[in-house]
Formats: sequence, structure tokens, C-alpha cells
Amino acid sequence: MTLVNENIIKKQGYNLHVVKTDKYKTNTIVWRMKAPLESETVTKRALLPYVLQSNSEKYPTSTHLRSYLDDLYGASFYVDVAKKGDFHIMSFSLEVANEKFLKAGEPLLEKALQFMHEILQKPNVNNGALDKDTVQDEKRSLKQRIQSIYDDKMRFASARLLEEMYKGDPYALQANGEIEAVDEMNETDLYKYYEQAFSEDEMDLYIVGDVEAGQVEKIADRLFQFNSRTPRSPQTVRQTTPSAEPKEVVEKQEINQGKLHIGYRTHITFGDDDYFALQMFNGIFGGFSHSKLFMNVREKESLAYYAASRLESHKGFLMVLSGIDSKNYNKAVKIINEQLQAMKNGEISEKELEQTKAVIRNQVLETLDTARGVIEMLYHNVMAKTDVTVDNWLEAAERMTIEEITAAANKVEMDTVYFLSGMEGE
Amino acid sequence: MEKILFDQLQEELYFEKMDNGLDVYVLPKKGFNKTYATFTTKYGSIDNQFIPQGGNDYVRVPDGIAHFLEHKMFEKADGDVFQYFSRQGASANAFTSFTRTAYLFSSTDKVMDNLETLVNFVQDPYFTEQTVEKEKGIIGQEIRMYDDNPDWQAYFGLIQNMYHNHPVKIDIAGTVESIADITKDHLYKCYRTFYHPSNMLLFIVGPVDPEKTIQFVKENQSKKEYQDREEIKRLVEEEPEEVQEKKRVLKMNVQLSKCQVGIKAVDTDLQGEPLQKRELTMNILLDILFGRSSPLYYQLYREGLIDETFYYDFTQEKGFGFAMVGGDTTKPEELGDRIRTILLEAKTGKYLTEEAVERAIRKKIGSFLRSVNSPEYIANQFTRYAFNDMDLFEVVPLLEAITLDDVKRTAERVIAENRLTAFYILPKQV
Repeated sequence: MTLVNENIIKKQGYNLHVVKTDKYKTNTIVWRMKAPLESETVTKRALLPYVLQSNSEKYPTSTHLRSYLDDLYGASFYVDVAKKGDFHIMSFSLEVANEKFLKAGEPLLEKALQFMHEILQKPNVNNGALDKDTVQDEKRSLKQRIQSIYDDKMRFASARLLEEMYKGDPYALQANGEIEAVDEMNETDLYKYYEQAFSEDEMDLYIVGDVEAGQVEKIADRLFQFNSRTPRSPQTVRQTTPSAEPKEVVEKQEINQGKLHIGYRTHITFGDDDYFALQMFNGIFGGFSHSKLFMNVREKESLAYYAASRLESHKGFLMVLSGIDSKNYNKAVKIINEQLQAMKNGEISEKELEQTKAVIRNQVLETLDTARGVIEMLYHNVMAKTDVTVDNWLEAAERMTIEEITAAANKVEMDTVYFLSGMEGE
Repeated sequence: MEKILFDQLQEELYFEKMDNGLDVYVLPKKGFNKTYATFTTKYGSIDNQFIPQGGNDYVRVPDGIAHFLEHKMFEKADGDVFQYFSRQGASANAFTSFTRTAYLFSSTDKVMDNLETLVNFVQDPYFTEQTVEKEKGIIGQEIRMYDDNPDWQAYFGLIQNMYHNHPVKIDIAGTVESIADITKDHLYKCYRTFYHPSNMLLFIVGPVDPEKTIQFVKENQSKKEYQDREEIKRLVEEEPEEVQEKKRVLKMNVQLSKCQVGIKAVDTDLQGEPLQKRELTMNILLDILFGRSSPLYYQLYREGLIDETFYYDFTQEKGFGFAMVGGDTTKPEELGDRIRTILLEAKTGKYLTEEAVERAIRKKIGSFLRSVNSPEYIANQFTRYAFNDMDLFEVVPLLEAITLDDVKRTAERVIAENRLTAFYILPKQV
């Protein structure tokens, strides 16, 4: 069985990935650029895609640019920046209707790729600088984007946990960069960085839809030319040795619900032999609504509406998160610790094992029903320099044993407990 | 069994009404792994005054009860329904809106087992005093979570500005105080009134055989006893046309301000095609004014009044409806005034041109095609439309038929000074 038919074609300066499928009524095009996560570049990379998506040489204002997209039957176009492991990823995504569902046959795919080319390679540049007003506007927007993290208490608590847990490691940085660095940037520096990124980053172009690889390749060859490169690796970070005792950080704000976020080091990342055991561990511990955290923190003790665990595959970082009354802090931490201890002791039932296998299998297959999901799955291989297929993924999950999962659980180390508490008792 | 073809979209829809009144729809999706099913009752947070089945007088039930009932459907004498779905590889969920409560699962395997679990658990209530009490802690935390969420506070704040009496102004989950009053008897009363199959719709979308699926549901339903019964009687107090408050400010522990401007809908007795046309035309109008390709969007952005969180939406159902325009901003009052001015100008036809209408229509058609990639969208939107006698699959033809004149007339009719309101969230000074 081959679930995803990925055709990878090596090009000078980038890799072209074509996934042919007739599932969707649209074609999806994603351009990804990957570089090490570093404090010198993080804020520039957080700003750059937003400047590029605003306008271009051919479309000098966002009104021109967005009108063109509307004319392409409301093509959706957006950018984002993400942190994956020790890397910082810029993405440009374009989703356009498949012409066969429209009355008038227009070569929408070709137009869409042409558009992507304009955005990436023909920006709005004057005298060696990106457009000044655009950079100004996007700096303001970026600041608001960074500020809005404070307003979403769940995201705020996650960000604070990372800052505390990964002091001195770039992983403490946020994908949106640092607010203090925003004002220091100008249109000339940013253009320099633009040129640097396009000559140094590891770049991948994904196209998912009812398309022929040969046809796509021909269009891409005409549009995308880059110099060859050897992408940089992150500098090896001094491993912050976790202290023997987990760190506890409690902060207060005027909020109704306390946010409990606990960080763990798993010492396992994507591509490791025990990675799938770690996935299963996460599923049984707090990944699903049959998991130990959900059953004990929520269903048994009624302490929370949500109590879950999340895994970051490329850093090997695990986080437990739960929203609780501040007065229940100690009780919640105790229950969460007990659940982790149970996992380490191998207290995993056959039922939990079978449920989690079934649900993970379902989750993987569902992910493949969206073009974005397909690209996310495939990009793991770019991140980890592996060639794990989706089929490998499912087979590996299927044969996991309680012993293997218990072994993975025993690598998991609690590092930092972060609690954003309400003001009660003051 | 009826079969309906949609040529342009290359989709087929199968339908049958069960003997007990349940509407069952199946939309086969080839090539997909996932099957997604929703089992929805036409019962939401606004249905808080009604004549209970078998009774003679109107009763008023505690705020937040439809949502509470949704939570409690998952607990049975022998445990939690999530466990069954997990064992069968499915992920299950539910949600409550103003007018609907939907139970759903998605799975790539054991689809018929999961479908059976879905239908059976929703048709088999089990409420005890003890389990009802236990849920109050969990839902209490859900409410607290929303209390801290500025987007939700802005959304509800704006609706509360608009409505004097209509229960749409009540938060869907209720309050910690209102849910404290809920008892198992309340839950049974609501369940018996609103969960009769004739008030419900089952929608299945995925790589399934439509005939076998409908047959399966039919056999399942034929084993259950349901009495025919009278139409549900809901009571809604008279609602004035104008908004309750023109402007309100909420201070929260945030760094960024928010501004939301709303228009309270008129003609809220519309149903069927006229309602669908109203909704689509209003969204075209708002896109012309505030969409990302509009010159006004560019201006507001350049002036530093908006960022990418700026959005608009118009939604209307029987008895209520509203347009919302707004987002994060550092100049809330200024943005609010600008949005108001633009809306009132549009009422007189300003900004509305053939070209702008055509572009907005093309954009909406494209975004609809993207949406029908999503089984979740199809099932949820189809159900919402069906409960208002509208048809999801008529969206493209209806959009294509919208003219500049329609947009102008709608702007003239819907936008009015006395139905405009603004709600602001400002940072609390620390």
C-alpha cells in the first residue's frame, strides 16, 4: 500500500515535491525556507514573508495583489513562520481552484506558480531596499502579532515555559521574533537579509493536487532559478544540564483561570528508533480523550476542561497543559506526576494500547485527507533528513509493545513547571 | 432513497427520511480516507423557553443547559462514550451553537460501528444527580477559559450590545451561577422535547456506500420506539428593531485593544432562499468594503488602524442575525468611527461598482470550492442550511446570480444608523 505518492525532483537550489491526487477540488502550492533558529535572524525572518506577501514589482499595492488573487477564483494566499526543532521555517502557501471545476477553462496552476515566482523573486525593490512604507506597515503588524501572544494566556504560558526551560538555547525564541528587535530593522537591512536567505536557506517547493509531475517540472524550470548551496546546520548548543530537581516558576496575572504548563525533555526525536514509541507514549499519557491525563484530571477529579500533552517531534520537547482554578495547583501537579509515574512503571493496559494505536492510525490517515496535512507529514523528512514513508509510520505504530512504550516513558524527564496563576488570595 | 446530482461540483447527495422523521443524508467522497458524520438536533442555546413534551405551559430553563446536555450525553452507566470511539479508532466530539447541538465522529476504519455508536449514544440519555454535579466543575473551567479570552468577550459583547431580549445574547455555556441550578430533571425535560428524530438530521460524508449506509441507519431506527408528536412550541420575546446599546467598553488584562462594529439584522423572519440570498449578498457587500483587495482595506492598513486580524462576517438565522467587522487595533475609537462611516456611505451606494461585485463573487466561488474539500464544512454547513430551509449546494448558482442592484438594495435595507453598534476591548491600566 502506498498512501502518498511523493515524487521528489532535485533542482539547483531547491527540491521540487509533487504529490499527485484527485481528492481535492483545488491545487496547493507551498514554498518552504528553512534556516537555523538564531536570535540574530529570528525577527528578520518573522518579518520578511509578511513584507513579501504584501506586494511585488508587478503588484505594487496589496489592493493590486489581492485583486489578482480574487480574479484567480479567490485563490487563497498566506504566509507563516514556524519553529521546528532548532530551525526557523518560512512558508508561502497558495491554494487555487482546479480549473476542471470552473466554467471557463483557465490555466490556473500555471498562473498560480507564476504568481508565486513574482512574490518570491520579484519583490517591490527600490535602490537596494524593500519598499519603505511596506516595511513600516509590516513592522507595526509584527509588533501587534507579538503582543497578541500576551493576550492569549495559553500561548503566553507556553512561551514563558520555553523561555524558562531553554535559557541560553535558541529554542527559547518565539517564531514571531523579539519585540525589541522590530524597531531596529530597516528596509535596506531587510533586503540584504532577503538576498541572504534566498542564497543560503534550504528550500522546498510542494505541489499537491491533480497535476502531472512532468508538466509541473517544466513550469518550475522556467520560473525558479537559484544558485546551489549547502544549507547551514544549527550551531551545537551547550546542552543545558537539567538540574536534579525540576524548576518551578509561578507568576501572577489578573485572570480567571490559572494556566499550568509543564515542560519535559524526552531525549528522543523524529528519526530515532524509539520515536514511534514516544508517539504512543504521548497518546496514552495525554494525547487523546481516552488518555490518562484526560481521564484523571478532567473526568475523575473535575479539575479542568482540558488536560493534555503535546509533543514537538524535532526538539523532543513534551508539554502538559491544563487550565485550572489557581487553588488546585498542587493537586493538579500531583495528579499529573502520578500519571507520568504510572507510565514509567509500565501501568499501561491492553485496552489503552489498542485504543491509542487505533486513534493514531486514524489521525495519520485523516491528516492525509488535507493537502496541508500531506505536506506537514512529508516535511518531517526534510527536517530530520530521513525518508520515512507514511506507510512506515503506520506499520511502526502498529507493532509497538507496552515494553517499548515504557522504555520511552523512562527517558522522559520533567524539567520545568510553569504556572500562570490568578490573583486570588492576594 | 433520493439521489441529487451536482454536476459542476461533481458530487452526489443521497437522502431519505426515516419513518420516525429523521432526515439522513449521505455524500460519498471517493479517494478520502476519512468518514465524518454529524448527528444534529435543531436545539441550541436560544431555545430556553418552550412547552415541554407532554406539558401545557411554557417553562424557562437555566442558561447554558443545551451545552450542559451536550456534555452529559457522553456519560453512560458503564462509562464514557469517548472510550468506545477510541477503541474503534474514531475521534469524537460535539458542539453547541445558538440553534444547534451536533455530535460527531471521524474515522478511517470501522465506520459502521462508529456510526452505530454515534446514533445509539445520542438516542440513549443517562443522567444522574451525581454525574450532573461532577460536570459542573468541568464546565465551570470551560466558562472561565472563555472569560479570559478577549476574542470571545468581544464577540459576545457585541451581540449583547445589539439585543434587548432575544436569548442569542446569553452566552452559550451560561455562567458558573446559572449552571449551578441545573438538575437531571431539567436535562431529561430538554432531551425529551428536542431530541426526537423528527427534530434531527444525520449527515455522513466520506468513502462510504450510500445505499448500504442508509439501509444501516434504517434498520437501527426501526428497532427503536418513537411516538409521533406535535410540533415543538418555542417562546421568544418581542425584540425591538434598534440596538440596545450604541457603544460599550470592556477593560481586560490584554496589551492590544480590539474594536468590533456590528449591524443588527432586519427581516429576521426570512427563511429558505430569500435568507440564503440575504446572507450571501451581505457577505459580498462586506467583502467589497472590507475584503483584502478593497481600496478601503489598504487605506485602513496604511493608516495603521488594522492588522491581519481584521475580518468581517454576516450571519442570520430565524429570529436574529448580525454583521461584524473589526479586529485588533491600537486606535480602537478611530477605527470604530471609520467602519461606521464607511457602512453608512455604502448604504447610499458609495464604493459599490459592477467590477467590485464581480470580483467579490469570483472570490466567494473560489473559497466555496476550497471549503467543499472539507468534509467537516460540508456536514456542518449543510445541516445549518437545512435547518433554515436553505441548500448548501445552491451557493454557487445563487452567487452567480447576484447583481450590483441586489448589493445596493441590500446595503440600503440592512445598514441603518439605529442598528449600528460598537464594542471595544481596552487594556486595563496596570
